[in-house]
Amino acid sequence: MMRLPKFDYRVAKKVSDAVKMMNDAGTDAMFVAGGTDLYPNMKRRQQTPKTVISVARIRDLHAIKGDGKSGMMIGASVSLTEICEHPIINRDYPVLANAARLISTPILRNMGTIGGNLLLDTRCNYYDQNFEWRRGINFCMKKDGEICWVAPSSPKCWAVQSSDLAPVIVALGARVRLVSSVTDRLVDAAGLYNSDGINYLHKMPGELLTEIYLPPVNGTRAVYKKLRRRGSFDFPVLGVAAAIDVACDGTINDAKLILGGVAPAPIEVKEAEELLIGQPFDEERIQAAAEAAYVKARPLDNTDFVMGWRKQMTRPFVVRALEELI
Amino acid sequence: MAMNNGNNGKSKRVIGKPFRKVDARAKCTGQTRFADDIALPRMLFCKMLRSPVPHALIKSIDTSKAERLPGVVAVLTGKELPIPYGILPVSQDEHALCIDKVRFIGDPVAAVAAIDEDTAFDAINLIEVEYEPLEKIATIEEALTIQEPRIHDYGAEGNVHKKVSLEFGDIEAGFAEADLVREDVFFYEGNTHLPLEQHAAVAHFDADNKLTLWSSTQTPHYVHRALAKVLEMPASHIRVIATPNGGGFGGKSDPFNHEIVVAKLAMITGRPVKITLTREEVFYCHRGRHPVLMWVKTGVKRDGAITAMHFRSFLDGGAYGSYGVASTFYTGALQTVTYNVPRYKFEGARVFTNKPPCGPKRGHGTPQPRFALEVHLDKIAEELGIDPVDIRRRHLVPPHSITANYLRIGTMGLDKCIDKIVEASDWKKKFRQLGYGKGIGLACSSYICGAGLPIYWNNMPHSGVQLRLDRQGGVCVMCGSTDIGQGSDSILAYIIAEVLGIDPFDIRVVTADTDLTPVDLGSYSSRVTLMTGNAAVQAAERAKELLAKAVAEKLDVPADNLAFADRRVFDVENPEYGVTFAEAIQLAESKFGTIGTVGSYTPPRSPGRYKGAGVGPSPAYSYSAAVAEVDVDADTGIVTVERVWIAHDIGQSINPALVMGQVEGSVYMGLGEALMEEMAYRANRNLVHKFPSMLEYKSPTTLEMCDVKTFLIEDPDPNGPFGAKEVGQGPLLPVPPAVVNAIYDAVGVRIDEVPATPEKVLAAIRAKAQGKEARYGPRSVPDIAWPEPIKVPTPAEGGDGKEIPRVAVHAGE
Amino acid sequence: MAKRKKEKVHIQFTVNGEAVEVAFAPHKTLLEVLREDMGLTGTKHGCELGECGVCTVLVDGQPVLSCLLLGLDVEAREVTTIEGVATAEGLHPLQETFADLGAAQCGYCTPGFILVAKELLEKNPAPSRDEIKEALAGNLCRCTGYIKIYEAVELAAARMRGEQVEPAREIVYGYE
Repeated sequence: MMRLPKFDYRVAKKVSDAVKMMNDAGTDAMFVAGGTDLYPNMKRRQQTPKTVISVARIRDLHAIKGDGKSGMMIGASVSLTEICEHPIINRDYPVLANAARLISTPILRNMGTIGGNLLLDTRCNYYDQNFEWRRGINFCMKKDGEICWVAPSSPKCWAVQSSDLAPVIVALGARVRLVSSVTDRLVDAAGLYNSDGINYLHKMPGELLTEIYLPPVNGTRAVYKKLRRRGSFDFPVLGVAAAIDVACDGTINDAKLILGGVAPAPIEVKEAEELLIGQPFDEERIQAAAEAAYVKARPLDNTDFVMGWRKQMTRPFVVRALEELI
Repeated sequence: MAMNNGNNGKSKRVIGKPFRKVDARAKCTGQTRFADDIALPRMLFCKMLRSPVPHALIKSIDTSKAERLPGVVAVLTGKELPIPYGILPVSQDEHALCIDKVRFIGDPVAAVAAIDEDTAFDAINLIEVEYEPLEKIATIEEALTIQEPRIHDYGAEGNVHKKVSLEFGDIEAGFAEADLVREDVFFYEGNTHLPLEQHAAVAHFDADNKLTLWSSTQTPHYVHRALAKVLEMPASHIRVIATPNGGGFGGKSDPFNHEIVVAKLAMITGRPVKITLTREEVFYCHRGRHPVLMWVKTGVKRDGAITAMHFRSFLDGGAYGSYGVASTFYTGALQTVTYNVPRYKFEGARVFTNKPPCGPKRGHGTPQPRFALEVHLDKIAEELGIDPVDIRRRHLVPPHSITANYLRIGTMGLDKCIDKIVEASDWKKKFRQLGYGKGIGLACSSYICGAGLPIYWNNMPHSGVQLRLDRQGGVCVMCGSTDIGQGSDSILAYIIAEVLGIDPFDIRVVTADTDLTPVDLGSYSSRVTLMTGNAAVQAAERAKELLAKAVAEKLDVPADNLAFADRRVFDVENPEYGVTFAEAIQLAESKFGTIGTVGSYTPPRSPGRYKGAGVGPSPAYSYSAAVAEVDVDADTGIVTVERVWIAHDIGQSINPALVMGQVEGSVYMGLGEALMEEMAYRANRNLVHKFPSMLEYKSPTTLEMCDVKTFLIEDPDPNGPFGAKEVGQGPLLPVPPAVVNAIYDAVGVRIDEVPATPEKVLAAIRAKAQGKEARYGPRSVPDIAWPEPIKVPTPAEGGDGKEIPRVAVHAGE
Repeated sequence: MAKRKKEKVHIQFTVNGEAVEVAFAPHKTLLEVLREDMGLTGTKHGCELGECGVCTVLVDGQPVLSCLLLGLDVEAREVTTIEGVATAEGLHPLQETFADLGAAQCGYCTPGFILVAKELLEKNPAPSRDEIKEALAGNLCRCTGYIKIYEAVELAAARMRGEQVEPAREIVYGYE
């Protein structure tokens, strides 16, 4: 049986308690909400915090407020099942509910939270392995080792951003609130992520993600397409989030095209966005945007599927995402 | 003498009816006790330290730190278990813990027994092992070319474990007669069983110096033999109890190192010791499907009649022998049992590589050649302009015949199977007419109903059943067979209930306990229903005879006039006149003493007498035909199997609901192999298993599973109990080739390799678009020196099953 | 032997309708607590990493994976395991239909499937085949190909809606 290492477990009832516990516990502490990411990692000894602070029972973090007109606030400990089923999210931000429905399995969605998914540890099949397995390859730089096995000459870690919701909230232009014992700040979702598989978040270890703020919809329509082997369980090996605002005359006011699952952070395909903005939304522009995304996507050999094929899939997946928004 | 298979022509009350399994209630309420559910007082927990290197000499092992860790009770290394073992007598090449050499990442080198699993885990990480790395052998090609270092110091040569060459009839004459001779090359990737239950075992060495092992094994009898050998104990002092298996599929059919290790630790510590493998360790146990590279050359007449076939297979065996010699023969044995192959040559080679050992997985050695053969035939049919249905249907092997390689065919329902699915799938309207991206494909297959010969040579029965009848009316059946979910416990109850006229749920079933139950060789090779079934019929008929004699005397009715039904024994001419079943037992016990009977089964002798004739013979052969309908996304290469129509020649269903379950489960497993499942290793990174996890080893979920329309063809076989044939494995076989043939129908590309992943399909589609060969797959097979074949004249040539004696070329050889 | 420091935590919660107190090491998962500290071995395990669905139990009526939930986290909550699905009146309709149709082959994944299906039918008494597939997509089975499981869920659902139904002939005997 795979078992957890020993650790101190604290349960916070308030945000202020949680961040204080973190402050008191020092560097070897981590927050946990659903546990569906952290506990497997701990069982495999990829993450070995001495103290784990649960934020699952902080009532404030379960709040969902607002709507598409005013914008919405979603507490970080809201479960993925609640996101899938919430009527206003489904009505006003269907892309978020749809993307949440594609995460893992129904049972894991009962446990996993929106905050946990957004902060999901980057994944790599040289890293997401038991301690014994990793010892067999002499470990990797993300944990216990020196080298990135997927790109041995690389100075940085190439573990993959594997959250389905991260590209979506970046495409939507959401912001997140980070609270620590000394700071309280709102950051753009895009600014939360860092393209380094180890330091994949612009977040201090003591900061707790408390809320996600979705901007008012204002006519923007968005979609998310996920590539994976199976219809459940599997993490994305390519995610395409697209948000488009089309003017009455059919020209594109604004466009966001974000790729997930192909790099340590969500990738904004600015080249594609530039090809779309101010232009009519037609098949030609879609093909051009897909080509730009294809060029930008550089998956490596550290997830399911052959990396070359994953790159090739960028074209049809971007096309299908954008076609759905026409 | 004709065997009594229970089929007396009378209408049946139990056989053929969808009764519940006798253990269904326990399984649906969480009461079934699997091996890891066992907890004994003072029990210790075992963990094994495994090699982190693929091929190395062990220079030293230092266990001192582990021994000093509080909570550690014993530490074990290989030198305390020096005797090798293995499932086949010819491959006794495993040690419970490696002594001087490790052969793959995952090979165990030391073990710890501690007061809890956490402590055992900490302790194994304190054991220091010094390795001297050896060159690793990663692939079939490397194994064929790298002579040194050798993974094992036995086998054909270098890193070749086994080479076989058999020739039945004059194949060159056959090719000369052909109107078309076609050659193709195929590859079938390895995959694993992935039972949901991880292997577990508990050992207890009691005060009387007797050892008991509970284990999730499909073959308690072979585990019993291995324990006696390695532990150097009389077998009579060892009791092996196979717990219900939480899925087996062949993966729990070898004696395993962890079983021996916990037994030894229990002996050393005097305390019960349990081990439960992690999922990663289950991947290292493996014994799954061999990766097989294949070449097939077939000559056919214009109408599709086969004139000769030559088949070559190269098996990547992994690090140990396991069942591999048998697997090698199986890649060549059953090509002849579906379509008439008048002349046939087979050459096979199995190599050792530094990967977890391969062995038997559902279909053992036959899904790979079946895939090759059925896709090859699809291509031949197209070249000849014949419908794939017709090329098969017109040239079926005749029932009650003997094949070129001396396999005796009994009943043969493949014609009916094909007709059913062709009609149900609307084949004639769909084939080549569904439009781009949609396709339909057909394949057929056959499988053995138990191997004709045991794994170790002996003249004893393959299955024994003992029956005890209690004066209170109770019936207890004891048999060594092991329920792995297929329902073998229930089959015993149904058969005995039918013969004795009682309810299956009246019967107490005791199985898979070497102290209590007569030997059954195990749950492998689709042997259990046929062999234990026949043994059960015999035991029950013998009991019935005793009861009938006693009741006949009491009622003054001729014994032949007595009927057994509804828990009564009565005069058929006057059904009111009779006794209860319990009274019948009391009468019999008064007359004869305690009522107990036995039954046993030995398969009929095969007509093959040549060296190598031991693999392939079976008392009967099941037949299956399948049509798959697929959707291929030509932009991505993603294949969705929408529906499979499958017909299976079962002979006679003992319980149709369970037969349906086996057919559907086989389709599922075949679908996984066709589309996604593969054992993958990183050759450039120490040959680690790429993803030993449930998440990354892709098995189909509810969302990938296709619709299945199942048809059962019943034509009782004289060798089966009540006419029954197997169903546990055969229906898997046609699925991968049917899917791949359907992909061709959909998008016009040949995927000569499974799994047919999107990458491969898209590569082939793109190759086609660029005017290149519309195909994905291996180009050639290695050119190696084959042994001089054993030449056997076919029955049609007047052969008698014996090989042509070889003339000694060198004096003194 | 050296002295080993071992602090156990002691909590109260409800299992299968019964209030219990149990002491266990604080880093243990609910799976380990149920199986090892309470003897409730009906809850099985296949990976302990959230990748198979075998260890599913209901917490406050909702399916969760007991391998990824700390025992500490069920304090004062209601846990239902497979041992609690049948009642004094008899088996749950799902247990009856799983048994009747052979939806439990080896039986190892069965507790998880039955618990997820139970919750599904409480929320949705008449699920379509696609809804059943979707709801059960977090539970792997290697024996059945899932088909007998779907059929068992559909049959139980019909019976729970009060319909007097028997399985269709083709489910049990195949198509003609």
